[in-house]
Amino acid sequence: MSALLLADITIFVLALLVGFEVISKVPATLHTPLMSGANAIHGVVLVGVMLLAATATTLTGYLLLFVAAAFGAMNVVGGYLVTDRMLAMFRTRRETSS
Amino acid sequence: MTGFDTTVHLIYLACATCFVLGLHLMNTPATARRGNQLSAAGMAAAIATTAAVLAWHRESTGYALLALSAGIAVGAVAGAVTASRVQMTAMPQLVSLFNAVGGGAAAMIALIDTIEHTGPLADLPLQTTLTIVLDVIIGGVTFTGSLIASGKLAGMVPGRPMAVRGGRLANVALVLVMLALAVPFLTGRGGVAVLFGLLAAALAVGVLGTLPIGGADMPVVISLLNACTGTAVAMAGFVLDSTPLIIAGALVGASGAILTKLMADAMNRPVRAIIAGGFGTGDEQAVGVDAQRGTVREITVDDAAIQLAYAGKVVIVPGYGLAAAQAQHEVVALAQALTDRGVDVSYGIHPVAGRMPGHMNVLLAEANAPYPQLKDLEEINPEFARTDVVLVVGANDVTNPAARRPGNPVSGMPILDVDKARSVIVIKRSLGHGYAGIDNELYTDPATAMLFSDARAGLAALLAGLHAYAA
Repeated sequence: MSALLLADITIFVLALLVGFEVISKVPATLHTPLMSGANAIHGVVLVGVMLLAATATTLTGYLLLFVAAAFGAMNVVGGYLVTDRMLAMFRTRRETSS
Repeated sequence: MTGFDTTVHLIYLACATCFVLGLHLMNTPATARRGNQLSAAGMAAAIATTAAVLAWHRESTGYALLALSAGIAVGAVAGAVTASRVQMTAMPQLVSLFNAVGGGAAAMIALIDTIEHTGPLADLPLQTTLTIVLDVIIGGVTFTGSLIASGKLAGMVPGRPMAVRGGRLANVALVLVMLALAVPFLTGRGGVAVLFGLLAAALAVGVLGTLPIGGADMPVVISLLNACTGTAVAMAGFVLDSTPLIIAGALVGASGAILTKLMADAMNRPVRAIIAGGFGTGDEQAVGVDAQRGTVREITVDDAAIQLAYAGKVVIVPGYGLAAAQAQHEVVALAQALTDRGVDVSYGIHPVAGRMPGHMNVLLAEANAPYPQLKDLEEINPEFARTDVVLVVGANDVTNPAARRPGNPVSGMPILDVDKARSVIVIKRSLGHGYAGIDNELYTDPATAMLFSDARAGLAALLAGLHAYAA
């Protein structure tokens, strides 16, 4: 097992623990925006797709790159926008009621 | 490591910090929006930095950059348009759809990486081939699984559990096929064709695995699929040795796992049983009154309206039926009319009310229900003893007092103690069973009156009755 892989596994496990710690404090009221927001965060897959643009040289590669980029961008843009729309409703509700 | 690479890594670290802090700010409704915006800012910085990396290294061919930018443009527009047009009731299927494309993109990262690998695949170390295999399998299953779930939530695929003949056998066979294909690939003997075979099998498992799951189990299923996408993205991060993907994937995996556990607990069902599927849906149409033992008291709309109008304290218990009938505006209008008359109104919200975790809160928020009126299970249960009328709208198993006794399908399930109130009015289309498939003892309780109606029509009629008789 290489040092690089060990470092990656360490990061993975620690991030999991941080995730459990942070997310278990979110109240039930916000579970839908939480899931939607977490959904947007895994849109970071777009970064991975972009990095692969440096290696694509075949037609299949280009096609897959196009579809993967479209999927990833849809995930990021749609995910953040829809979460923001939901949370805007929670915000106004809070402000008008207080 | 050059200065440029170091800078890039530090920026990625800052982005990951933004994701964590963003999730942390989701602790309270007051800061949640800022949290999401912080997370989005981190994401924008990560994407911009990656664009700078591509520009700096100049290794990409023109076609690759064209494919990439065209894809991003198409995806961004599609995402923006669907996100700004979606109805709040349609939120679960959209979240599920975004989950599907995320999983699909993660699987494709492994495919592209393998296809474009120069030199024999046997050169790849085991850690790379293993993560490629895991990425393709998890990403593939999540892609079709989330699409089917999204289709079920949108009503395009029937919500009832669809038993595929020999489906379980087929799933076992497919898992064996995946194992048979994975082994040569791991040892570097399989080629790209083997990987495509693996993907095909994973896609089939996603379809066959999600079809038998009933509509009412969806909060658990989409949480689980969310966790899977997170894991797939983390695997893609291992393939590419990219830290932001590993961190973000792990965060999402943790969030999905927690929500899955919470939802399954709130439904009193082991996750394994839900994946096995075929239990029921909560969607069933009228089964007939004779299914119920004991006597059931019916109430007219006018009587119910008068009872509500002259109550001191009313608790509304919205459930799956209200979400399915999209009656959130009607229920809030009724609550507002009661509040205007001086009635103390609050909502008792069970964790699995609605079609995804926390969905009922979003629906009521959309209809402008005042935030202090929304109470969760722990908050509302002590209040029922002081409540004059509980109005149950389209909720079933979560109000069944049988849950307090051992020996039945809902035993031990956390329920709303509706039966402790002075009187209960239940708006429901029929005496049909909920997903647990048993009679609800609440309905034969002498304090309970049934108002047989669709949630939306019933609430509208109650509001009209309120104006007519108690003006």
